[in-house]
Amino acid sequence: MKALLRKPWLWSFVAATLVWLATILATGGASTIGLTQAALTFAAFSVIVGTGQMFVITLGPGNIDLAIPATITLSGTVSLKYMNTSDALILPGIGIAIGIGLAIGVLNYALIKALRIPPIIATLAMSFVIQSAAIATNRGLRIKPPPAMAEFSTGLTLGIPNVALLAAAITVVAWFILNRTVYGRWISAIGQSRPAARMAGIPVDGARFATYVLCAVLAAVCGFLLACFSGGAALNMGSEYLLISIAVVVIGGTSVAGGNSNVPGIWGASLFMFLVVSMLNTYGFEAGYRLISTGVIIIGVILLASGRRPAQ
Amino acid sequence: MKRPSPEALRLALPVLALVALLISVFVMRPNVMSYNGMHLLFKLGIPIALATLAQMIIMSVNDLDLSMGSFVSFVACVAATWLVDAPLIGAAMLLAAIAAYAALGMMICYRGLPSIVVTLGMSFVWAGLAVLVLPTPGGTAPVWVKAVMSARPTMVPIGIAGSAVIAVVAHFIIMRSSFGVLIRGVGGNERSVARAGWSVLWARGAAYATAAAFAVASGITLVGLMTSADANIALRYTLLSIAGVILGGGEFTGGRVSAVGAVFGALTLLLAGSFLTFLKVPSDWQIGAQGMILIVILALRVLLERFEKKGRRT
Repeated sequence: MKALLRKPWLWSFVAATLVWLATILATGGASTIGLTQAALTFAAFSVIVGTGQMFVITLGPGNIDLAIPATITLSGTVSLKYMNTSDALILPGIGIAIGIGLAIGVLNYALIKALRIPPIIATLAMSFVIQSAAIATNRGLRIKPPPAMAEFSTGLTLGIPNVALLAAAITVVAWFILNRTVYGRWISAIGQSRPAARMAGIPVDGARFATYVLCAVLAAVCGFLLACFSGGAALNMGSEYLLISIAVVVIGGTSVAGGNSNVPGIWGASLFMFLVVSMLNTYGFEAGYRLISTGVIIIGVILLASGRRPAQ
Repeated sequence: MKRPSPEALRLALPVLALVALLISVFVMRPNVMSYNGMHLLFKLGIPIALATLAQMIIMSVNDLDLSMGSFVSFVACVAATWLVDAPLIGAAMLLAAIAAYAALGMMICYRGLPSIVVTLGMSFVWAGLAVLVLPTPGGTAPVWVKAVMSARPTMVPIGIAGSAVIAVVAHFIIMRSSFGVLIRGVGGNERSVARAGWSVLWARGAAYATAAAFAVASGITLVGLMTSADANIALRYTLLSIAGVILGGGEFTGGRVSAVGAVFGALTLLLAGSFLTFLKVPSDWQIGAQGMILIVILALRVLLERFEKKGRRT
């Protein structure tokens, strides 16, 4: 029990559960199943991008990927345009989405390494270029996803949204990679001290490169699913995921200073982020108060979560 | 010949980038080379320079403010409504916002919180407050602000003259005053500042308050130029200000910043926008081209640093 209480990810789940209960109380339990399914679906998208961002943040101070929203938009736009509502082209469509992620990840790290630009600025500059590419391909068209993909991304299996199951699978793999593989240990070591990691013979550049590519690929996969789920790609579809991807990582108990990451917490934090907004909606707050409460709650959770950490 | 100092070399790049962009603009559109042309080109320079300096002060204590855009938008909304209808209440609101920033800085320091996340949360708060103050776009600029911003000093257009004054003032506050040394010291080595008997807590609070004061000035001058406001008026300032500081030779850590460089960085980014318009870059690719300009300038900086190192060795 004590060991459980010390887990940093526990608190994000506690917070999510409390908000869930508060929302259900307001509706008198009328929409319990609907709310839970919606929460799992929307949390799934945050979990996928959040997992990628978590790997990047693990690399230590200054490592962050700001190109996630643009990657989501470009991948959703291009893959849907290519598939052109044809079920037969779904597999190559997924391939194109992943390929876009790979290319963006490689370019991101090329800028960081070759030009020695801080990752924040490198991914920011890249995101401008990617967003332009998305605008040029999109041209205001809204192409519907192939029927089979639309059905899959909005469908349920045993009452659980398919996208949530997919995100859960990604979470399990991410947990395994981070905690049970050499690569996972490497990036944690790099986050704790890059010079020490280099001295220990860890291929620092290779590990960082792989991490930025992984993050971009996850963002591209999220963009593909999100576009299928929402019935087409839109140019602003990624914009809210910049804040969300960072917030879920940190609220989930991952250290912003790097080197100490937490995979399960991302789920708690993603559910929490969605449920807070729907709770405020249920209670009938107007937009201004809703935004303020969201901000205050995020800061409140960070304040609580940081208080329990041992002094550094 | 005396070798230029590393600081001067660092400053040379944003200055050269600005000059190069300016010359290209002149070549493409000779009629810009006039008082009116320059006035329009640098019209928005003052608010962008102020927001970039605000971000620079936060970055000098090793933090990052992701709420800059929504804070400046909030200030603009207050300036376009309360500051016109009830100046005293409006001023009190803005002072309270500066106090909130100071409190935030001290809280971040006291609890060792990540500034990125706290300011991320605050960006929601400021956005919400902005919507409450001004639910639909509108409002008017206070008369005195409009008068100042539409002034036409002889010889130098207001955008350039204002930016120059701001750069000098900020240079003295951040680079020359003991207060500036203190906050850059916090960014450089927090522990040694504490050992020397200073309170890091208060230094951070003061840095945040100063940054907020610059951001407030940014919001007010922006309304003076736009003559109305809305809750999203300055959202892009968050990323623009960070890019401006880096472009101007600042670093994310170590308290290594340059006030004059930051102003040049901000003006370069501003000019890059007009440059692309004159170049007839299709509007789809405008943001992308802006990103490319940023990449090219930073690549030049790497070359310059290599050159600098080689020079030291010989």
